[in-house]
Amino acid sequence: MTYHVISRSFASLPCSRRASLQIPSGYAMISAFFIFNQKGEVLISRIYRPDVRRSISDVFRIQVISSSEVRSPIVTLGSTSFFHVRVNNLYLVAVTKNNANAALVFEFCYRLNSICRSYFGKVDEESVKNNFVLIYELIDEIVDFGYPQNSEADTLKTYITTESIVSSAIAPEESSRITTQATGATSWRRNDVKYKKNEAFVDVVETINLSMSAKGTVLRADVDGSIQMRAYLSGTPECKFGLNDKLVIDKSEKGAIDAVELDDCRFHQCVRLNEFDSTRTISFIPPDGEFELMSYRSTTNVKLPLKVIPTVTEVGRTQVTYVIAVKTNFGNKLSATNVVLRIPTPLNTTTVDCKVQNGKAKYAPSENVIIWKIPRVQGGQEVTLTATADLTSTTNRTVWARPPIDVDFQVLMFTASGLIVRFLKVFEKGNYHSVKWSDSERRGDGLSSRLQF
Amino acid sequence: MSGAGQDAKFFQRGKIQELRAELQAAETRDKKFTKRKVVLKKIVANITMGNDMSPLFTDVVQCLGTPLLEIKKMVYLFLVYYGRPKADQIHIVIPSFLQDCNDRSPLIRALAIRTMSSIPIPVVLDNLTDQLRHHLKDRDPYVRKTAAICVAKLYAADPRRAEKGGFVEMLRDLLGDSNATVVANAVAALSEIADRPDGVIFRLNLTVANKLITALGESSEWGQIYILDSLLRFVPQTNPEAEIMGERVVVQLQHANSAVVLTTIKLLLYLMNYMENRKLIDYICRKMGPPLVTLLSSGPEVQYVALRNILLIIQRRPMVLKNDVKVFFCKYNDPIYVKLAKLEIMYRLASEENVREVLAELEEYASEVDIDFVRKAVRSIGRLAIKVEAAADACIRSLLSLMETEVTYVVQEAIIVIKDIFRRYPGKYEGIIPKLCEHLDALDESEAKASMIWIIGQFANRIDNADELMDILTDNFLEESTEVQLALLTASVKLFIYKSSVPEVKTLAHKVLKWATEEVDNPDLRDRGFMYWRLLAVNPVVAGEIVLSEKPPITTDSDRMDRGALDQLLLHTGTLGSIYHKNPETFIRGAMGKALTDSPALNAHSRQVLVTIQRERPATAGPVTVQGPGPIEPSQDVTISPDISKPAPPLPAEATSGGDLLGGDEEDDSHDGNDSDVDEEIAASKSRPAASTVEDPYSNLDGAFGGYLAETPTPQQAVRHGEDDLLF
Repeated sequence: MTYHVISRSFASLPCSRRASLQIPSGYAMISAFFIFNQKGEVLISRIYRPDVRRSISDVFRIQVISSSEVRSPIVTLGSTSFFHVRVNNLYLVAVTKNNANAALVFEFCYRLNSICRSYFGKVDEESVKNNFVLIYELIDEIVDFGYPQNSEADTLKTYITTESIVSSAIAPEESSRITTQATGATSWRRNDVKYKKNEAFVDVVETINLSMSAKGTVLRADVDGSIQMRAYLSGTPECKFGLNDKLVIDKSEKGAIDAVELDDCRFHQCVRLNEFDSTRTISFIPPDGEFELMSYRSTTNVKLPLKVIPTVTEVGRTQVTYVIAVKTNFGNKLSATNVVLRIPTPLNTTTVDCKVQNGKAKYAPSENVIIWKIPRVQGGQEVTLTATADLTSTTNRTVWARPPIDVDFQVLMFTASGLIVRFLKVFEKGNYHSVKWSDSERRGDGLSSRLQF
Repeated sequence: MSGAGQDAKFFQRGKIQELRAELQAAETRDKKFTKRKVVLKKIVANITMGNDMSPLFTDVVQCLGTPLLEIKKMVYLFLVYYGRPKADQIHIVIPSFLQDCNDRSPLIRALAIRTMSSIPIPVVLDNLTDQLRHHLKDRDPYVRKTAAICVAKLYAADPRRAEKGGFVEMLRDLLGDSNATVVANAVAALSEIADRPDGVIFRLNLTVANKLITALGESSEWGQIYILDSLLRFVPQTNPEAEIMGERVVVQLQHANSAVVLTTIKLLLYLMNYMENRKLIDYICRKMGPPLVTLLSSGPEVQYVALRNILLIIQRRPMVLKNDVKVFFCKYNDPIYVKLAKLEIMYRLASEENVREVLAELEEYASEVDIDFVRKAVRSIGRLAIKVEAAADACIRSLLSLMETEVTYVVQEAIIVIKDIFRRYPGKYEGIIPKLCEHLDALDESEAKASMIWIIGQFANRIDNADELMDILTDNFLEESTEVQLALLTASVKLFIYKSSVPEVKTLAHKVLKWATEEVDNPDLRDRGFMYWRLLAVNPVVAGEIVLSEKPPITTDSDRMDRGALDQLLLHTGTLGSIYHKNPETFIRGAMGKALTDSPALNAHSRQVLVTIQRERPATAGPVTVQGPGPIEPSQDVTISPDISKPAPPLPAEATSGGDLLGGDEEDDSHDGNDSDVDEEIAASKSRPAASTVEDPYSNLDGAFGGYLAETPTPQQAVRHGEDDLLF
């Protein structure tokens, strides 16, 4: 990593040098927060603490945005540190003047991003500009004096709305209710949620990271999974969640041989960790709507739903030939749907000639990949693609980074980790019946295999 | 409710005059105040763009009469920006502040004090202090939690006023509040105040610490962080105190928020210094591993924070991630900073058992695109050869095959590490020298060139055409960098000693010595030149013995950080200090150092390497006595005392001398013996007098990674000397 020493003189910046208010540091404070566009224009600027001035944004623009050498999300100049997260074409930047809790600062940036998404969808330059007053309201509420406070979108929406509220419209009783919720033990849920039809959906989404040797033996396969829940339930429902019977979460406690082993799991803050620790039950009062209940990792007993066997040969300097075979690894009652493979090609590819028996394959020059889409692959089936890529001859042979092949697909009732949601019980005082819960589908996303020669 | 806003059009530079006129025009016929709202949005957009809107102060303040919350918030935002520069006019808004402070809605009350406390000028603070007293006892928890932070703001603006007003005691009382959010904010405010060099002293006793842990369950994720962090202010007096607390917080490791996880780990690492129960320590170490690895599924920024911390943690507690090297293998689309951080961890976790996998990965990285990454990968292969003897052959093979690619930076990097490998395993790999010599022309960087020259000089007796090679290399002697010149000088002397009979060699050595002593300005080079010359002149045989004396073999011992320094650094887990591997007081102005506090429960080894930090209070501060009776154990909860912190309690003699000293942690941490370095390290630090550690806890930091990490992430120094930084 190279950090160039700043030789530019700061005096040339528009700055006022006045006696600075030096406030020595604590541990977790964000002094200022900015959103920049790609050109370095400030879209949002909020100073939380008097130890920085707005002109600090110029420093970030010069040192990070217009510099090509920044290779770290944290840049510290003197005592001032800039933490930045790229979102689409934006920089979300938090500035601190102390030994800040770096994880906290980044989590705050991520959270703000997700709150904004839940308020106005996509977060990009246009939407930030279109909602800047709202964002000011939000960041004023989420952070006080640099300390992140309540950041639950659901609660925030009860009192920060995009339509103006006449101050008398929130009756004092109403606002006490809001404040009780904002500071309460279940700050993530309003208690007045009502649905005619009470429903909850559970998705298991898994991403498999796979690397294979040239011969097709699996070198490494691990699963990053998450359980996504969509809860549309009235009142304050108590939920209990049941996973596989033979589930081993702590590697040290060896379970049965065929047990599903998770290396680790972590939970949304609504899950009672103490209860999980003592009895392994996952019980919680869910937030309203969609959220990630749990995420987990597994590296043992990973069952690969699909196997991709690539054979890539360079013929001279002007041609690369591909034979890519996809084999299913599950019974013929099941099938993988919406299978999309993205097969990288060298940068100097001119044309690609693809032949497939199943689905459609096309070369996408802008992304340097062959995209092969197969609507359905039945269990036990094997499909292949053969392709020839013509390359322009270049004088010097540049190294091709050989990116991995990406595979996206969905398989109902199959998870690579073997994780199964067995039940979801919902208890509510109002005792509504007919809770539908559906374990809709398990997806395998991004099975990526490293392309070998 | 939502729906996209349409405010982008307001991002236009506005002229003060026009905006003022628009505001005035909006006073009439503005039914739903839409006109005013539009103008205010334009003004806020202009503030954002950096245009000075302060001339509009009086006009904007007029809008406070509007009964629209959105407008009120925008005006307050304006006041936060321009309240300080417009101190002379701020009195106009005070009545409306006070009115809001007593509004029936808790949201408005909180908004009012939050805004007032953000304008740190005397008039506002005068009015605020009266109000704040009530708000700290407001019946609404939302107001109380806002008021708690207001005290921190007040303290930042005027510490003595806050102390005299009794606000610190009121904050302390809030620690017993029934609402967890209020407790968390009170903790955050107190911690901030206590972290000032002139602040109060904030310590926790067992009762309060336990209450805070109970509050964890009901706090928001951020509140949990503040509380967990404050628990480091509790110094366990007995081993069970630390052990029970550790057991209670260990569940927090399962939290989805990475900052909660890292802060929990910080607390656990801290508490382990005060634990005795080996089983529990092992259990906690095992518990910490998986959540740390899971952090690698977060966003890349958090991954980076986690990786830099892991690098520290595994040095102190190797058990945490013993057999997990695979999870640190780089993914294709990892950002470069994540890859580089992973590389360091891979090297550190490499052992005889996993070295084959690690080497295979490193070879793969060496063919990637990013030059910096490739170089580090090549260098790591060499380091691996030095660290794991069993893998040395394989590493050499892989380096040689990498050199065949003839990618210049790969070749150069390989030569640099091979030089070290020669020194680590003398007499084993010299056979490859001819292959190295083939790449002589490719070398254009000083370090690589100097390494190659060192090799030629050192083994001139085995290289038949060493004199020819040297002759070519010395061609541009005067244009070379000092590093290369020094290497050339030494190598020519070595060559001469090996082959003094060859006339060409004699001429060459003479030529180089003459250049070094007569034509070069660099004093190092000149001095070394004279030294060699005289040595050779006095007694060539003795000179040979000196110049070609046996060198101490290279080891990887220096890779490990000093235990005392590590203990200290780990108190900053998750923070900037842990990213740069530097204590914050060394790079942040005004930052307070932290160190373990001695207590009878502190394990003997930690005590031996204890670093003490003197807390100084500025002499100017007048005596402030604020010892008020609090509801919760007033004598100890929060010790608020004006004097310098008390000296550590004297240690009972048994604690230091008694019992099984060797039962200190490390022995067991490494008991599976995959890492013999640990033991060496212990031995080293045990024999080292503790005083030297105290004097300079970082003495070992600079060389901690050898040349390998020369470009480790570092904070940049501000340009101006003496002054703090940047431009404020």
